[in-house]
Amino acid sequence: MTRRLRIAWLLPLLGLLGAALWAGFAPIHVAREKLFEIPKGTYARRMSGDKVEILPEHIRLTLGLDDVLLLRNLDEVPQVFGPTIMMPGQSFRLPFEKAASYQFVCTAHVSGQITILVVDEPVMPWEKIRWRMRRWLGK
Amino acid sequence: MIRRFAFLALSIAALGANAADIAQPALKAGVLSPALPAPALTLDGTDGKPLDLDRFRGKVVLLAFGFSNCGEVCPITLATLAGARRKLGTEAAQVQVVYVTVDPERDDATQMRKFLGSFDPTFVGGVGTRAQIDAAQKSYGISSTRTVHADGGYSIGHSSSIYIIDRAGKLRAVMPYGHPADDFVHDLKILLRG
Repeated sequence: MTRRLRIAWLLPLLGLLGAALWAGFAPIHVAREKLFEIPKGTYARRMSGDKVEILPEHIRLTLGLDDVLLLRNLDEVPQVFGPTIMMPGQSFRLPFEKAASYQFVCTAHVSGQITILVVDEPVMPWEKIRWRMRRWLGK
Repeated sequence: MIRRFAFLALSIAALGANAADIAQPALKAGVLSPALPAPALTLDGTDGKPLDLDRFRGKVVLLAFGFSNCGEVCPITLATLAGARRKLGTEAAQVQVVYVTVDPERDDATQMRKFLGSFDPTFVGGVGTRAQIDAAQKSYGISSTRTVHADGGYSIGHSSSIYIIDRAGKLRAVMPYGHPADDFVHDLKILLRG
């Protein structure tokens, strides 16, 4: 193997190692609040037979990072989200302090249900890498 | 000079407003923003008076829905609220627990008074006709589902959150079921001093 070929292999490997070290050890900085909006006209579209899905059926939150759910009702009608009813224009800021799976009623969903999965803060390097990968993949 | 002074005054006012925002600690409960007047209730109170939320103006009201035959959720909620009031000490006088039945067919004023009194004699229950209860449930987004048992009896699954209404009668926050008494104490102290 020539020296140039060795370097060609080594550089991406070092880059990957550097990225892994950063992903495993660098502190994670994200917005504390995870915002979801119920857009204007959701109810009207639903009533006209459009099976529109506005919010994901599963929302994943991480304690210590993004553990506050922020919902905004921009629709013209009240919307029930789990523990409360949100009037048009109102927002609901719900903090979580325990890792668990929470099932809520949600009128913004066709199914009428929403699941909030709250997981523990990633502490170990591989947990941080997994957390970053999941976020990077949009899961 | 005047312009400079006005600018300084405005800056100080803005700083003060920001400081007030920052100084307001976060509630453990879910917060509704903007806070709107709590939906009115047209029910009878177990204390013999009409259950009008206006009469508790000046107090922080903890409002929840349930029924006296509830074997799981309601006893835990009521014990938690009673525990929070005990922990508040003298400040508990400024907190009113209101518990509205979702089972008007079985819960009359006497039954609810007896049930609530076993947790805290200051708790006020809300009773009424099926139509009145349905209206109250609808205005707070409360769902309830009746399950009939083989013996003809029934149980009711119902929303179990606790609504927190501030001294001005505005629906400020909602505490989901399962929070300990200390979380209520935390939020009540903020709202009572705020």
